[in-house]
Amino acid sequence: MSSLVQLAADDAGEHRTLIITLFSVFVAATLGVTVWAGRRTKDATDFYAGGRSFTGFQNGLAISGDYMSAASFLGIAGLIALSGYDGFLYSIGFLVAWLIALLLVAEPLRNSGRFTMGDVLAYRMRQRPVRTAAGVSTIVVSIFYLLAQMVGAGALVALLLGVSGDVGKNVIVAIVGIVMILYVTIGGMKGTTWVQMIKACLLIAGTLLITILVMAKYNFNISSLLGAAADNSGKGAAFLEPGLKYGVTTTSKIDFISLGMALVLGTAGLPHILVRFYTVPTAKVARKSVNWAIGIIGVFYLMTIALGFGAAALLTPKEITESDAAGNTAAPLLAQEIGGGADSTGGATLLALISAVAFATILAVVAGLTLASSSSFAHDLYANVIRRGNATEKEEVRAARLAAVAIGAVAIVLGIFAGKLNVAFLVALAFAVAASANLPTLLYSLFWKRFNTRGSLWSIYGGLFSSVFLVFFSPVVSGEESSMFSGVDFQWFPLSNPGLISIPLGFLLGWLGTVLSAPEDPDGSKYAELEVRSLTGKGAH
Amino acid sequence: MGTAPQEASSGPPAGRNYTEVQQSAEFGELRRAHRSFAFPVTVGFVVWYFLYVLLSNYAGDFMGTKVVGNVNIAFVFGIAQFVSTFLIAWWYSRHAADRIDPKAEAIKKRLEEEA
Repeated sequence: MSSLVQLAADDAGEHRTLIITLFSVFVAATLGVTVWAGRRTKDATDFYAGGRSFTGFQNGLAISGDYMSAASFLGIAGLIALSGYDGFLYSIGFLVAWLIALLLVAEPLRNSGRFTMGDVLAYRMRQRPVRTAAGVSTIVVSIFYLLAQMVGAGALVALLLGVSGDVGKNVIVAIVGIVMILYVTIGGMKGTTWVQMIKACLLIAGTLLITILVMAKYNFNISSLLGAAADNSGKGAAFLEPGLKYGVTTTSKIDFISLGMALVLGTAGLPHILVRFYTVPTAKVARKSVNWAIGIIGVFYLMTIALGFGAAALLTPKEITESDAAGNTAAPLLAQEIGGGADSTGGATLLALISAVAFATILAVVAGLTLASSSSFAHDLYANVIRRGNATEKEEVRAARLAAVAIGAVAIVLGIFAGKLNVAFLVALAFAVAASANLPTLLYSLFWKRFNTRGSLWSIYGGLFSSVFLVFFSPVVSGEESSMFSGVDFQWFPLSNPGLISIPLGFLLGWLGTVLSAPEDPDGSKYAELEVRSLTGKGAH
Repeated sequence: MGTAPQEASSGPPAGRNYTEVQQSAEFGELRRAHRSFAFPVTVGFVVWYFLYVLLSNYAGDFMGTKVVGNVNIAFVFGIAQFVSTFLIAWWYSRHAADRIDPKAEAIKKRLEEEA
């Protein structure tokens, strides 16, 4: 039994009551906002793109809310708490990645697309095959990410609430799933965007509070904090140097390069991030919103340094791993410690506060993923492939709402079945697929005149299947104690992250498919239209 | 739906088609203003990031060198990645406001007037 679980039990549910109250307040408040936004959702542009009415700052907050998942909040803090410097190293790829979105993707996407990534990919290609591929890739990436979040949510919230047993976990997964379905079906993009903004503010405020309390303990001297963390970790100076996690073997070093590639190149291909660029009126505002997001996300990752090293300095390694071996509870435990310890009101309050923030974080991210995937289903697959562009707006939005219910239901069922499996690798896999399948196709579409349908299909399907194929035969799926299926062994690909192979392959296949097939646009008129529109904003929706 | 993408509903502007616009000197300058910044800077920050990753992986001793107190080169390098990301974002926005937006708006305005 972990200290957290005992804590909840010992005090006759007093802390649990506080956590549940805060959770309920958040859910009630956000559902209220969702209903309000739902009343203002009249047409497809409202549902898919929030009426394109958000400001740069609002969308920057929402992007941050969509992006900063529980994996980055609790995962990176835990990773730093356990592996020191390597956790910090891991966080940096998530930030640098935003420059690709800023310089190459956000503005042209906003100018030339309408609702989905598929709009841009299919712009000058044969609609049905390319939209099918874009829809498949969007849904696969979103489901992977969603599943990782759902399983993580079940385990984490169960831990924070002191709920033991599978039934409790499954109930939590179901509640998360149902709330996210309500956000998306009722509020559409408007409602979801407000949920993201509220969550981003709560996350930043909660992290800032803990950061200030930790830093105050060390007189705002980062060197003292690092020194205390190194001493208390039992690893000494090595705790502050690279290598404890990613530098252990030659394979782990190459694996980290592969992960870094997926992080830096994957962010600008994540469908739930791409659709956020459509929620603002112009490309210039899209640029501003990415700038805000870079600022907010950057400050957030800087604060995770204080959280992670603070946890290492103030908690023993045993305390950190006791309730969760991956260190995911390091941040909530640190909050409890810094508030005065397990038996104090201050400790209980801060623990409840940070737990509620973690819950809000999970809900906002899963809602964003459900919205992006159901939008792509309705707009790319249903309206343009199945109905061949003959569906009315009403029918399209109804399909999106039904798809959100279906995707949510699938996520709940898979989340419950995968509850006992280690599926944390799915987040990295989602980034790898985004970098291998979506980014090459996006960049070629926007910047390469000769690119054609076959090139698009080869790079999307090639990047998607090679990533999934390599991960399937990697140690994260089988062959090791920590694998998803630890009882069997069919692994032969040594890296947990496929990006090193699959990203160059995605780019190569896009090029090869194009040059091996006839040009589709011999006079270049379609590319001329796309290029003029994407750079000037002429005819932008 | 035919071959035309559904999104192209606004159609080409009357008088000039998109190919003529694309091949105009004015549009060439706009394209250059974007690409000559975005492409090299992208290569630059990707190389800079992987230099950091590779040094962290393969130059542990160098990265572990203390700079001030418990702060070592690895830590300074990491913070430098944050700083460079913030600076590039700011630099690009300034470049876009000065060199890209006015050109883009001029072309867009003319196209809309012609239409």
